[in-house]
Amino acid sequence: MTQLILFNTFNGLIVGAFYALMALGLSLILNLSGVINFAHGGFLALGAYIAYTLLPHVGFWGALAIAPFLTAIIGLIVERLLIRPLYGRDPLYSLLLTFGLAYVLEDGSRYIWGAQSVPFPIPEALTTPLSNEFFFLTGYRLFMVGLVAVAVGGLFYILNRTRLGMRIRAGTMDLETVSTLGVNVQILRNLNFGLGIYLAGLAGVLAAGMLGLEPTIGTSLIMPSFVAIIVGGLGSLPGTLLGGLLIGVASGVTTVFFPSATEAVMYIMMGLVLLIRPRGLLGEEGRVQ
Amino acid sequence: MSDGNSQGKNGFSRRTVIKAAAAAGALQLTGPFIISARGEEPVKIGLDNPLTGTYAAVGGNELHGCELAVEQINAKGGILGRPVKLLVEDSTSGDAGTAVQKARKLIERDKVNFLLGNVNSALALAMADVSNEKGVLHIVPGGHTDAVTGKTCHWNVFRVCNTTQMEANAVAPALVRDGGKKWYYITPDYAFGHTLQAGLEIAGAKLGVTKIGADLTPLGTTDFSSYLIKAQAAKPDVIIFLVQGNDMINALKQAVQFGLEKRFHLAGAQQELEPLIGLPPEARIGTWVFEWYWNQPNVPHVKEFVEAIRKKTGGHVPTARTWFGFASTWSCALGAAAAKSLDAVKIARAMQGMKLPPEVGLMPDQPFYRAGQNQLIPNLFVGHAQAKGSDPEDLFKVTEVVKGVDAAGTLEETGCKMVWPA
Amino acid sequence: MNATLKEHWQNALVWALLLTMPYWMNAVGGYTELASRVVILGLAAMALNFLLGFTGVLSFGHAAYFGLGAYAAGMMIKYVYPSTPLAILTGLAVGAVAAMIVGALIIKRRGVYFAMVTIAFGQVFYFIAFRWNNVTGGDDGLTGWKRQAIDLGFTKLEILEHDKAYYYVVLAVFAAAVGIMAALIRSPFGRTLIAIRENERRARFLGIPVDRHIWISFVVSGSFAAVAGTLYALLQNFTDPRSLRWDQSGNFVIMAVLGGMRSFWGPLIGAAIFVVLQDYVSSRTENWMSFIGMFFVLVVLFFPRGVLGILKRKGTA
Repeated sequence: MTQLILFNTFNGLIVGAFYALMALGLSLILNLSGVINFAHGGFLALGAYIAYTLLPHVGFWGALAIAPFLTAIIGLIVERLLIRPLYGRDPLYSLLLTFGLAYVLEDGSRYIWGAQSVPFPIPEALTTPLSNEFFFLTGYRLFMVGLVAVAVGGLFYILNRTRLGMRIRAGTMDLETVSTLGVNVQILRNLNFGLGIYLAGLAGVLAAGMLGLEPTIGTSLIMPSFVAIIVGGLGSLPGTLLGGLLIGVASGVTTVFFPSATEAVMYIMMGLVLLIRPRGLLGEEGRVQ
Repeated sequence: MSDGNSQGKNGFSRRTVIKAAAAAGALQLTGPFIISARGEEPVKIGLDNPLTGTYAAVGGNELHGCELAVEQINAKGGILGRPVKLLVEDSTSGDAGTAVQKARKLIERDKVNFLLGNVNSALALAMADVSNEKGVLHIVPGGHTDAVTGKTCHWNVFRVCNTTQMEANAVAPALVRDGGKKWYYITPDYAFGHTLQAGLEIAGAKLGVTKIGADLTPLGTTDFSSYLIKAQAAKPDVIIFLVQGNDMINALKQAVQFGLEKRFHLAGAQQELEPLIGLPPEARIGTWVFEWYWNQPNVPHVKEFVEAIRKKTGGHVPTARTWFGFASTWSCALGAAAAKSLDAVKIARAMQGMKLPPEVGLMPDQPFYRAGQNQLIPNLFVGHAQAKGSDPEDLFKVTEVVKGVDAAGTLEETGCKMVWPA
Repeated sequence: MNATLKEHWQNALVWALLLTMPYWMNAVGGYTELASRVVILGLAAMALNFLLGFTGVLSFGHAAYFGLGAYAAGMMIKYVYPSTPLAILTGLAVGAVAAMIVGALIIKRRGVYFAMVTIAFGQVFYFIAFRWNNVTGGDDGLTGWKRQAIDLGFTKLEILEHDKAYYYVVLAVFAAAVGIMAALIRSPFGRTLIAIRENERRARFLGIPVDRHIWISFVVSGSFAAVAGTLYALLQNFTDPRSLRWDQSGNFVIMAVLGGMRSFWGPLIGAAIFVVLQDYVSSRTENWMSFIGMFFVLVVLFFPRGVLGILKRKGTA
């Protein structure tokens, strides 16, 4: 029994890390621009499919390096053309827009790459199963959590040590003042969006190694991201990270005792957080708009 | 709440756009009901199947089969001398509201003579209620839940694909032979999964199988690690994967990444070519049962069918789903020909016990619709998945062809009590 | 004076169209069930708009109440007592209670965060319906029940077999619901909601208990969405978790926006356009999702005021 719990805890952390990656991208965009990006799952799928298309030419590692950038570029274009006109308006409109965009991305993926699942092979080096008394993992999952750690580390580095990051953080707190200080807010939002989409694309490439690659690959991953953000605290990136990890571990451990409640636990956690500490575990007071 | 510009920057554009769109829209709306009464009034077959969502791939393949059948039927003179027209509606993969709405639309507005659908068992049942209410002949190509030709069977509803009990009966001996007698189930949590597991438990019990454990996984589960961890801890002989479609791909892919295939036999019951194509080669393993397979070298007419479908799909082989659509559509034509009428009751009566000719059956034995149940009794193809074969899409090695009559239980066991209209 | 006269003409026109819809719907390539769908989804959109357009609060999780109403109605007929009016009332009650509870939990939030939480709660209900197999039928949906004939004492309305009969029952319920909503909007309570929409801070400074008003508006909105849900379930003799999902919520919002959030009948017009368009496009092409998605995008970018918003401006220009 303890072994089961241990196994599931480690696995849960890994799955949670993946949720966190997705949620961080969503959170970035939400915090600065106030846009709930319903199309995030669609960008995840796009990243996966772009990687799939690049595989025969540059191999897995090349695809992993390039695909998220290409996805981010598409994200930049989308933000410039479709989302920017909506910033002055009620958040309702950007919600609806990303909602429609999600439909277009899913259907577009189906149109270009077909509805049939496509095989996404991963390099030999990553396919070894790893197990001992304490954990039961796959080489791929270990790689995945390592990559997420690097990506998250990179994200926090950008946010805390670069000028762009400083502006993003400042903009999250008070965009108007940042604008009056001479920062080009349009470009800031654009780049922030691109950064969020980069993370989605990266999540997509990772997902393709673990799941079947078909047009709806992203749609089921969006809800855990939402919950991660709410649990972790709106407006807090470390909170989102924590939220994702918590959800992953909770789901994994619950499977041991109450298998049918495995996804329920995510919503129960959300309900508890909203009741007891509405701003989220690490959310800042007053961030509740 | 400002909405930015209005007449200013875009000037005339918006209002004119609206007017133009309205005009175009009105023109479009008047389109459909300009019925060309010239020539023969066509016989209409309505297909209400998923074309988007999770089941888009299998629904699309069923559509190809239907289209080919319609071409062939028309080449041979149509149904009762009249041309056949296939009306296609997207039921979506899970929205029963849409499926039922489209079924009503096909029946009430388009006045179809036959209704086909649905891949999703639940939608198939909902549509069967509608078709029964309206007295339209309804054939379910690929919805597997037993109730369709079981507890809630209707006189007007026929089914081509197997019941889960038939699949369980066909594959159980091979699972024992290849794997062993201690089974752990990973079952999708909906009607199909429940009945398939129940069927396997019954079939297995006759062979001395013990159920070591079972997990119900929600549809659309992406991460199977917690279930796989539990399964391996229980130390079974065989881990039985009953999940389908994308869930199958996720589960098998992850199971192989965990190295489980080296310690246990990974197998299941129903398997299809679509998930096997989507799996990486190292995950194409296990003992399964197919409902139809394209690589049947010794069976006449199969090769022509495969070629015809390859032409249609740009080189892809037909899958069991393609055959489901094909056989369903042909059954409409054959039923009408046998009844010499388009009256649903007459056709249903004529289809009791009706056998499919070899060009439609495309398997070693002749499939037939069991009287009193409206269920097609075909061959089942037991075998194991393979990473590659004679063709990039030859991913299954058939080791045994089971006769449907052997795999199907008795009529009483199905629970179907058919009630005919007065 | 002119405004009220125009309003009366508008109302008369809408009712004339609604009363005769089964007859002209078939002529334009529709069918009676489509007409019922327009009215039902129009009611849901109008219920949402009570909160969105008139109180200025964005809920993107209204499918939860819609779906709860649907399940409540179905479960009432299936498990408790086969009666259509009772089913509708049960749905209304369940929706109201759910909206009361959820509303109380999230009332402190605004804007995008409020929307997020409504989405999340919507998913909770979806999830319950999806997993509680034994009771709700899970993914297979709640089957095995049908709408019951309504016994009015002097006559029995056979609404199961006769689509047109059911349409008029739907219309009657719609009329009642819409009448109540209209009365509420015209009342001082309704005026207060509009004040909150226009400037929440000022309303607060005027001493208006803003949170309480928003909560009540949320409950009213959720209750009528639930009523629409009951009618929807009764229309199909079936309900399934899809009626609770966030894409259903999104559809309601687009209907409200498309028709014009600021006007009373706007969401109904939006529903009519959306339902017919979706029905039409999905028959024509398997890529209907792209079209509908682009439609959303175009409406948001170019027609945010909606159809009635444009017509209104034309009038006052």
